Amino acid sequence: MTILLLTLYILIGAYFAGLIGSLTGLGGGVVIIPLLTLVLGIDIHYAIGASLVSVIATSSGSAAAYVKEGITNMRLGMFLEIATTTGAVLGAYLASYIPATFIAILFGLILLFSAIMSFVKKNTLADPVSSKPATWLKLGSSFPDEGKQIQYGVRNIFGGFGLMSFAGMISGLLGIGSGSLKVVAMDNIMRIPFKVSTTTSNFMIGVTAAASAVVYLQRGYIDPGLSMPVVLGVVLGAVTGSKILVKANTKSLKIIFAIVISVIGIQMIYKGLSGKI
Amino acid sequence: MSSEKKIFKDADVQLMIGSLLRWGVIVSMSVVFIGGLVYLYRHGLEKASYHQFIGEPAFLKNIPGILQGVAAIKGRAIIQTGILLLIATPIARVLLSVFSFLLEKDYQYVIITLIVLGIIAFSMLSGVGG
Repeated sequence: MTILLLTLYILIGAYFAGLIGSLTGLGGGVVIIPLLTLVLGIDIHYAIGASLVSVIATSSGSAAAYVKEGITNMRLGMFLEIATTTGAVLGAYLASYIPATFIAILFGLILLFSAIMSFVKKNTLADPVSSKPATWLKLGSSFPDEGKQIQYGVRNIFGGFGLMSFAGMISGLLGIGSGSLKVVAMDNIMRIPFKVSTTTSNFMIGVTAAASAVVYLQRGYIDPGLSMPVVLGVVLGAVTGSKILVKANTKSLKIIFAIVISVIGIQMIYKGLSGKI
Repeated sequence: MSSEKKIFKDADVQLMIGSLLRWGVIVSMSVVFIGGLVYLYRHGLEKASYHQFIGEPAFLKNIPGILQGVAAIKGRAIIQTGILLLIATPIARVLLSVFSFLLEKDYQYVIITLIVLGIIAFSMLSGVGG
């Protein structure tokens, strides 16, 4: 296959990955890596590097829109970034010592987890009471919802910090945003309303991915020839997605997407176990 | 809580962060696109080989190497410059957040933000990537 043709294939694939990722809120990384590895036979290390770059682009692009709305909790995000960036650097460091087969299996498991998580009911309750350490860190805040300011508190920051370190490590290891893990840490453990946790998680994803991307770049895992169509395609897809989001029926879309990523997840695990990756 | 003037200043920083993110993505994507055109023009008809991981040549792994490549109008080096700008975007955002917390006189968070910057700087300079 010529470079021109491969670039075209990746560009089209990445466009749809970005589109679906933006419509379902699961991000483009979970589709782009299987596309590059399973369909186009590209080595998973290159795929991870390219995906990581696209994660930074989509996260920064959508964060630009969220900043104005005042839902993102900057303090919470910054505090948890200590955990995610530490994990991300560790994950990126480990990536070159872990065999591709193991990475594929881990990736498959995370895909299955994301599929399940997209059906779990989100935390909509806002409890204004914070735990003591969370109060000291001024993590409680409020967000605008239907014209009212809703106060919320933050609980169990140590548990949340721990899971965030793990999420950061997964992000650095697999080149994805691992938004589903981040939302679990904030929703289920720290008891933060999901409107806040999704935008804050998105804010953190870009910084986390940048921390591991500098390691990947120096290691020579970021190939410009691959990253170019991946990042351009994903960004164009995400922009299209944000334009049609209001019109689309996201509920049935989520179900279809959950089934698709489950199938891909099982495929990745199978390929990993049989050593064919 | 705080005077109106201070709120105004912090809102300014938030606005700056918003445009920084937007322009960071737009500029870096444009550079990647231009580099892509150069790369495809020069190498488009060659055979692609990504089945085996060999890693990037040295000139694409560090800033001086990438800049030398740009000077030689190498498409891959231009793309890599765009990617560097993209990686720098969220890092610049963290840097702006330091000023945002300074304006709020929230020194606890100035320190927390500096820790995050320190971790990123560590991963850039310590050679864990080497």
